[in-house]
Amino acid sequence: MCNQAVGLVAAELERRGISTVTVQLLRMVAEKVRPPRALWVPFPHGYPMDTPNDPEKQHAVLDAALKLLEDRTLTPPAIIDYHPQ
Amino acid sequence: MGDLSEFSFKYRLFLKTYPWRRIDPVPWTPLEKPLRECNVALVCSAGFVAPEQKPFDDSIRGGDTSFRDIPSDVDVPTLVESHRSKMFNHTGMREDPNLAFPIDRLRELQGSGRIGQMNHRHLSFMGSITAPGRLKKRTAPEAVQRLVDDKVNIVILVPV
Repeated sequence: MCNQAVGLVAAELERRGISTVTVQLLRMVAEKVRPPRALWVPFPHGYPMDTPNDPEKQHAVLDAALKLLEDRTLTPPAIIDYHPQ
Repeated sequence: MGDLSEFSFKYRLFLKTYPWRRIDPVPWTPLEKPLRECNVALVCSAGFVAPEQKPFDDSIRGGDTSFRDIPSDVDVPTLVESHRSKMFNHTGMREDPNLAFPIDRLRELQGSGRIGQMNHRHLSFMGSITAPGRLKKRTAPEAVQRLVDDKVNIVILVPV
């Protein structure tokens, strides 16, 4: 449900002219709901930024998300897989 | 992980048959300036509330669609997580709220110059919303208006 809720808020943000990137934990939901720019992460629910108390891993997820915003080749809806190092 | 395998059969069935709300058409706002010049906010759906804020109401049928402003100078360990779902493990984000609401990480990105600045507030929802009509019609537009007023350029949204 969380994946849908943030997707719907992302759509409203983009309609109002704010660029978004939405982390998604379930690819199936991302494909059905279609948030504009999604980073699918292969982590369990409750762990969207990978690992607690691990700033390096959390930054890696955030950096991948920000790179989607910089990628001018993407078209909506964009769902990109995150590959942890 | 990142698929349905972590859930019980009953919940997997629910997720497969639930009428997911399809965004159509998909709106798109390209980023028009470098990240180092952007004002960035977070939207989280883990149901975090700051000290003194009213908790989310887990008795509302279809889900509590309200949201909370979380000031960007909040002391992150003081955030209280109140997500109502029992379908996943809450231990990690209670131990480190940055796991679902990476405010400290955004501060560090501001410090390094990777982003221009973090907005003075971020927004917290409780994402377990099975009936999202009120979210779409009322609370999401209200929440978004605040970020428009703040002249936010980028929002990173994080579900749990």
